[in-house]
Amino acid sequence: MFVRGLKRKCFDGEEDIEGTLAGIKAIPSYNLQRQSLLDMSLVKLQLCHMLVEPNLCRSVLIANTVRQIQEEMTQDGTWQMINTQSTGQASLDRLVSTDILCRSSRDQAEGKHVPSYGTFNKDFESDQAQDSSETMSTASSVQAPRNLQSNVWEMENPQENKGNFQKSLDQIFETLENKSPNSVEDLFSEVDNSYYDLDTMLTGMMSNTKMGHCDGLETFSSPTNTASNSNCKSDLNELDHIVEILVES
Amino acid sequence: ADIISTVEFDYSGDLLATGDKGGRVVIFQREQETKSRPHFRGEYNVYSTFQSHEPEFDYLKSLEIEEKINKIRWLPRQNAAHFLLSTNDKTIKLWKISERDKRAEGYNLKDEDGRLREPFRVTELRVPTLKPMDLMVEASPRRIFANAHTYHINSISVNSDHATYLSADDLRINLWHLEITNRSFNIVDIKPANMEELTEVITAAEFHPHQCNVFVYSSSKGTIRLCDMRSSALCDQHSKFFEEPEDPSSRSFFSEIISSISDVKFSHSGRYMMTRDYLSVKVWDLNMENRPVETYQVHEYLRSKLCSLYENDCIFDKFECCWSASDSTIMTGSYNNFFRMFDRNPRRDTTLEASREGNKPRAMLKPRKVCTAGKRKKDEISVDSLDFNKKILHTAWHPTENFIAVAATNNLYLFQDKIN
Repeated sequence: MFVRGLKRKCFDGEEDIEGTLAGIKAIPSYNLQRQSLLDMSLVKLQLCHMLVEPNLCRSVLIANTVRQIQEEMTQDGTWQMINTQSTGQASLDRLVSTDILCRSSRDQAEGKHVPSYGTFNKDFESDQAQDSSETMSTASSVQAPRNLQSNVWEMENPQENKGNFQKSLDQIFETLENKSPNSVEDLFSEVDNSYYDLDTMLTGMMSNTKMGHCDGLETFSSPTNTASNSNCKSDLNELDHIVEILVES
Repeated sequence: ADIISTVEFDYSGDLLATGDKGGRVVIFQREQETKSRPHFRGEYNVYSTFQSHEPEFDYLKSLEIEEKINKIRWLPRQNAAHFLLSTNDKTIKLWKISERDKRAEGYNLKDEDGRLREPFRVTELRVPTLKPMDLMVEASPRRIFANAHTYHINSISVNSDHATYLSADDLRINLWHLEITNRSFNIVDIKPANMEELTEVITAAEFHPHQCNVFVYSSSKGTIRLCDMRSSALCDQHSKFFEEPEDPSSRSFFSEIISSISDVKFSHSGRYMMTRDYLSVKVWDLNMENRPVETYQVHEYLRSKLCSLYENDCIFDKFECCWSASDSTIMTGSYNNFFRMFDRNPRRDTTLEASREGNKPRAMLKPRKVCTAGKRKKDEISVDSLDFNKKILHTAWHPTENFIAVAATNNLYLFQDKIN
């Protein structure tokens, strides 16, 4: 009726994920649902209307839902699981890191929020082919593999991730609070508007995360399907390529 | 016609005001009962239309301020004119609606068309006379209460002292005097020092109907706080805290969102208050804080659809609720242009539809039913066929009679009790 081309199971209440074998089998499904809810919530938070002030009540409710999911994930220990699988984390960072673009160009220039890059990133930057939204792809793609690297090699503890996550969530909130005129212009000049189309975003996110959760790291070949103008999709492809390299090594 | 965003009867019930998304206010007036048609209790016709708010642009934040009228509240009648408060997200305006049915003629210094007469032409002194003219209803803004709210105003409420009123936004509540526009008092402030710690916002506020020192405000976490202005100037400390303990068996990720209260209304008696959250309406006794005395399920069949409703944002819809004149019945809206009425004693509920299809004027409304699973009976409608774009968010009940106004998107429906 209103789900746009996506069949999604609604979850009513929590499943008992402890104990039985059947319960263990149900874990990926529940986690997948929870992850998709998390992704959806983050997208909602970021799709702020630039011309009219976003509804504060709605934003607070969505942010609380996100926090709730994150807390549960930390408790479950599935936060670790998702780190190793890396897709969820990557998409999380992707969504979160685009928040950087909502800030004024002044902030970006000062390097307040753009992280310091390692040598790994330099190679990645040279691979960038896209011209439009280049800032977006650069910032976000660089951010993601950086964390990815640390996930796979350093086995970050969930606390640190939680901190990063919380920080990102706070950044989103600050974005909602402070909308400087510069950020609005920057946004319109550099960013491909289709990114802010919920459908494109969700389709892109959902298909990739679903793949990641269900099939593990091996089948990372994400389909390069229709949304050719969706830059995040192409970024994810690049990302997958990187991850493949990392995993095989 | 624009989407109706608020509906409100005045204290007598003779006037019905609606505000819309385009910033317009349309006031309907009830026809006087005539001897020739005693069974028709008076129809409502357009009385006055005016543009209350215009779209504005906040230059500092580079943001538009919507002209949509969020709330209208009438003032009690004090003279021949009518007064109402209307508000958008940022500015509250006091409007005076007055009638003019006489015109003065025979001025000494002015011609009939208003031009000044030459002094030498004034040869005699005359007294102007009042001549009847066609009724003209004028609306003029008498006060503009601006620049007091950083966040979006969601409620205004006139105090029983008829001199003050409150306005509430997401984080603050201000107290105004109707005569003073350049100053307001902040009486509730829940903004945290660090905005990153924000987890709860104010969703609605209302003054007690009889006690001018008491008001309540509801939150996005499903709580209601009652405050007494005699206790301190800043009412951050509540006098009473109403919250129903959560049912652990029905906990889900959406529990908090659906517990967010979208409307709070005192009963006419002042002893009870009613709150509307996403799936239910609850009646609270002001003397009992730990749980409501009555709970009514509005559309429980939506509980299994919360994920989809979250995706399409319907879960954030803010439904209002209202009491009948005698507090015996409560009413609230739902989807598919359905609205629900709950009789409190004895308990009985009805679902009715506000639509032109199949409903002729003055015909009895047919009760509707939504079926959740299994075989669909004749005349029932299944959950999946509900139109979630047809939502009834705003309803109003006449102050003394069983007469209701239901706003369905951009249409206004008026229903009355059947006359035996």
